[in-house]
Amino acid sequence: MNELTTTRHNELIDPFVHVWGWEIPVYLFLGGLVAGMMIIAGYFFIKGRDEGHKCICYQIPLLAMVLLSLGMFALFLDLEHKAYVWRVYTTFEIKSPMSWGSWILLLVYPALLVNFLLHVPAWIGDRLPFLNHGSRMIRSIKNIKRHVGKVNLVLGIMLGTYTGILLSALGARPLWNSAILGILFLVSGLSTASALVHMIAREREESEMLARADNLFLTIELFIIALFFIGLLSSTEVQIRSAMLLLTGPYAAVFWVFVILMGIVVPLFIQNLSVSHRIKHTPVAPVMVILGGFILRFVLVQAGQYSHYLNAHFIK
Amino acid sequence: MARFAMVIDTKKCVGCMDCVVACKTENRVPEGFNRDWITTEARGKFPSVQMEIRSERCNHCDNPPCVHCCPTGASHVHTLGGVVLVHHELCIGCKACLASCPYDARFIHPEGYADKCTFCIHRVEKGMDPACVAVCPTHCMYFGDLEDPHSPVSRLLTARRYHAIAPEAGTDPQIFYLI
Repeated sequence: MNELTTTRHNELIDPFVHVWGWEIPVYLFLGGLVAGMMIIAGYFFIKGRDEGHKCICYQIPLLAMVLLSLGMFALFLDLEHKAYVWRVYTTFEIKSPMSWGSWILLLVYPALLVNFLLHVPAWIGDRLPFLNHGSRMIRSIKNIKRHVGKVNLVLGIMLGTYTGILLSALGARPLWNSAILGILFLVSGLSTASALVHMIAREREESEMLARADNLFLTIELFIIALFFIGLLSSTEVQIRSAMLLLTGPYAAVFWVFVILMGIVVPLFIQNLSVSHRIKHTPVAPVMVILGGFILRFVLVQAGQYSHYLNAHFIK
Repeated sequence: MARFAMVIDTKKCVGCMDCVVACKTENRVPEGFNRDWITTEARGKFPSVQMEIRSERCNHCDNPPCVHCCPTGASHVHTLGGVVLVHHELCIGCKACLASCPYDARFIHPEGYADKCTFCIHRVEKGMDPACVAVCPTHCMYFGDLEDPHSPVSRLLTARRYHAIAPEAGTDPQIFYLI
């Protein structure tokens, strides 16, 4: 027997760390989703597949700005010393992924704005005519679409990866001790973004392509999750115990049912049938992918906070 | 350069919590929160049992994850003795430092900033011991400079066997428990 008793009972800390509630998973999910959308838009521009104004790459930026703002609002709600939030922009801390993230976000907004100005929808342009002037100025720049594509791609990869590295840099939580979380969140962001953009795409060809891309991302995601566990299970006792939280422990039911089965395997199966035209495209599979990506962030944030160096012995 | 550390003799500690009360009084720690606390670890099966009582707090690590993860530089290493401190007016309350600490030594002060043990740096700078060390009725706690080979902490760590908490977390903790 090994029993630890403590007189400490600090709020958010005891009996186990629960400093982050719903706000951080929501932000990580929306950040990943926007990152995926930027990469998709960037791909269309770089490949020159943006003929006509129906291309999804012209619809993405406005939606992305709205979603990212919602995510950042959730992040703001989580802060305990809100009046001091501006302090993140008075310094750059090279070792802090949060500092990197703050500055990346500051670059993402102008990039999305320029992307938006490439084609201002009529219903906005009629009400705010100065946007049309801005649009004409932006479009007069040589090769602007290619530049916008490249910037979207680079910033999308940085944003998507940082949301995972943010967690893996917190060394005290063994479940997060894996840099592959950055790649996992990036690919999960790509799969949820493909699912969302697939549903709003107006061109049938684009919609089909995104469903196929989504299948590829979901398959890669399964492999990355396997690698994530192989890494933890071949590490020390605390990492092994923390992996067990998801594999067999208190978070296993949510993880296996909602993340792996309903979030990846079932939609992969449905979308495989629909891209080979054996069944019709419906929103069922994409919605499952989006919910699966959301629950993945939730379960990783919560189980990660539960994982611990000191009470690892007591997690069965 | 000084390197402040604390040595606590678990053979002498009775878990009276005087250190806890002294800290709360000295640092006006708000109700419901603790900067230091008593942990009791029992091992074995009756009748062959072993118990260790420890007075625990921030380990003022040499490789402090709470300082590395801070996005504003609020968490920092003090120029004197490597003490880990928080600038309240720089802290945004993001709680990354709370999540990054293997010892769960930090908490959010009701005013919104991250708070923790300071090694009573305001006392140490005047040449006094931290409040918890000063009040210990069994004299089981020692505070001093590890860079000075003649300090009580250096001599105790040379003479006695000791352990730190979760050194495998890679933080290089600076509180040592004599066994």
